[in-house]
Amino acid sequence: MQATATKLKGRRGDSVLFEDVSFTLTRGEALVVTGPNGAGKSTLLRVLAGLLAADSGRFTLAGDDGAELPVAEFTHYLGHRNAMKRELRVSENLAFWQRFQAPESGRGLSIDAAIDAVELGGVAHLPFGYLSAGQQRRIALARLLVAHRPLWLLDEPTAALDKRSDQLFADLVRAHLAEGGMAIAATHQPLGLDAVRSLELSGRHRAASASAESWS
Amino acid sequence: MSDTTAPQGWFTSLANPTRFLALSGRVLPYLAAASAVTLLIGLYMSFAAPEDYQQGITVRIMFIHVPSAWLAMMCYSVMAVASIGTLVWRHPLADVAAKSALPIGAAFTFLSLLTGSLWGRPMWGTWWVWDARLTSVFVLFLMYLGLMALHKAMDDPARAARPAAVLTLVGFINIPIIKFSVEWWNTLHQPASVMRLDGPTIHPTLLYPLLVMAIAFTLIFFTLHFMAMRNEILRRRVSAMRRQAAQSIGSSEARP
Amino acid sequence: MMALLKRDLAIATRSGGAAMLGVLFFLAVVAVIPFGIGPDLNLLARIGPAILWIGALLASLLGLDRLFQADREDGSLDLLLMQDWLALVATVFVKCLAHWLATGLPLVLAAPLLGLLMNMSALSTGAVMLTLLAGTPAISFIGAVGAAIAVALPRGGLLVSILILPLAIPVLIFGVSASYAAVTDPDPFWPPFMILSAIALFFAALGPVAAAAALKGASD
Repeated sequence: MQATATKLKGRRGDSVLFEDVSFTLTRGEALVVTGPNGAGKSTLLRVLAGLLAADSGRFTLAGDDGAELPVAEFTHYLGHRNAMKRELRVSENLAFWQRFQAPESGRGLSIDAAIDAVELGGVAHLPFGYLSAGQQRRIALARLLVAHRPLWLLDEPTAALDKRSDQLFADLVRAHLAEGGMAIAATHQPLGLDAVRSLELSGRHRAASASAESWS
Repeated sequence: MSDTTAPQGWFTSLANPTRFLALSGRVLPYLAAASAVTLLIGLYMSFAAPEDYQQGITVRIMFIHVPSAWLAMMCYSVMAVASIGTLVWRHPLADVAAKSALPIGAAFTFLSLLTGSLWGRPMWGTWWVWDARLTSVFVLFLMYLGLMALHKAMDDPARAARPAAVLTLVGFINIPIIKFSVEWWNTLHQPASVMRLDGPTIHPTLLYPLLVMAIAFTLIFFTLHFMAMRNEILRRRVSAMRRQAAQSIGSSEARP
Repeated sequence: MMALLKRDLAIATRSGGAAMLGVLFFLAVVAVIPFGIGPDLNLLARIGPAILWIGALLASLLGLDRLFQADREDGSLDLLLMQDWLALVATVFVKCLAHWLATGLPLVLAAPLLGLLMNMSALSTGAVMLTLLAGTPAISFIGAVGAAIAVALPRGGLLVSILILPLAIPVLIFGVSASYAAVTDPDPFWPPFMILSAIALFFAALGPVAAAAALKGASD
């Protein structure tokens, strides 16, 4: 399996955030996107997830046989927000995403195993809203485990996590990579992952050229 | 996710804002002059037309009422076509066209409601009836206002474009309802008398002024629309420049 | 998709009971009418169906703006959007269905009680219930378009109502005319009811597609 970005260009409003972003990722590899605030890390991840249209360029996912795969169905996206309902119990939240995002193969941890994997055993019956911010973030990470998808897109995954949880998270990503998964993470903090490639977005915005495609 | 290549050809060159500004700037004076001349001729013909044996002098209200009603519907159709342009080609100029047509369409709709009401008082004995034609035109007026409210509510025009286009297309179902309401339901409003398959049923002395007025109103619409589009393009340029200025001042500062 | 239906229903019943609020609003709207026009029982019986319909229309517009906004706020919407086009349309359809089950159906069930208050005959009440049963889903489906358009707006509630009311007018017209046709003798009940059902089906097809397009466009 292979993820390929070719000459991606993204903008927010009138300023071009990044251009000519190209990379290739194969099984077991991770890419860490770094850069100052507002450099376009989140925008890049949303473009990769298909939530935003790229200005130009392509991002494709190819299976082991070379056939193109639909990115949205083989990708987990973890944004700034946790995508969990405060009113529902932790187990209900995870069960919903498990059924909604389950791959054809049906792989993935059981809900209890996933909660144990983020070291929160025993919270399954609590409403999600009762958890602390750090615990909520860890449950959001557990969502990636209950339904197996090969590519993880992680936007500031360790926000609200303490040092110990940082380590826990790094272990989870490592295990995912060892299984032949891929991960692309945007973060300020070192993830404690070794043997990852990095991509630095400069954060030097180029104002959209004074051409006709924008308004000035 | 795929390559987003702009559509090629003459349409692209016209749809380029800079080129549009140049071209419309050249055409506008002639368009404005043509609308003024046609309107004068139309008004003269309207007042020279004989009075109707039934309606008397109030028939002259029709020379304003009918063209505004046509334009109210045409304007919405123009917006619907532009909305398809926004959704399919994602071209910003299509959004400019749809947005700047809004107030013009609302004005024509209001004019047709107002003149219809003025005509209805002596003819039907009431300012307003809730029959199918009047109600559906009133709904059209509400939709114009709703779309304007939507554009006002979104601070970034680029983000308002696609939602507004979807709503415009959904609301387009009202246009055939307006057109055929007088045939589907028995209403107080009279059925179509000009645009019908077996030819107009209206006397030529009244028909010709009406047609000239319709042409005049159409020209006025395009004149106003071009002017509004130019303003909108310039407005967006100004806001783009302002944003760039803000960025260059605080370029190193954080933006979440 | 069943999972989504179950989740949305669970949220609706747990979080302060959106369903209850809609019914209470319905009750309040209908209850103020006699204060406005006086307690003339014959008059109330005559205008009852129309009042019930207007009340139900307003009540079903009430919670509409939260349909996608809640999902947007906690980030779920992003994950719902990461699907191919058909699955997305189906998702929107299911969300509308859940919204109707949680807010529209209780209105239909509350209608007989309010019919009693409005001194309506059993036949008239039954007709209103039947037309509401066919008409309120139409409002939910077309309302989804408004909800999707206003999803990014912090106070979109009022705007949703303004955008949707014109489109909901046909539903109101045929709902009320079918209700009246059931009790006034020469008018047949079925033609307006069939048109109402046709509008509901049309909106059920159009609404999710348009709402999905608007959601795709609004993601940022």
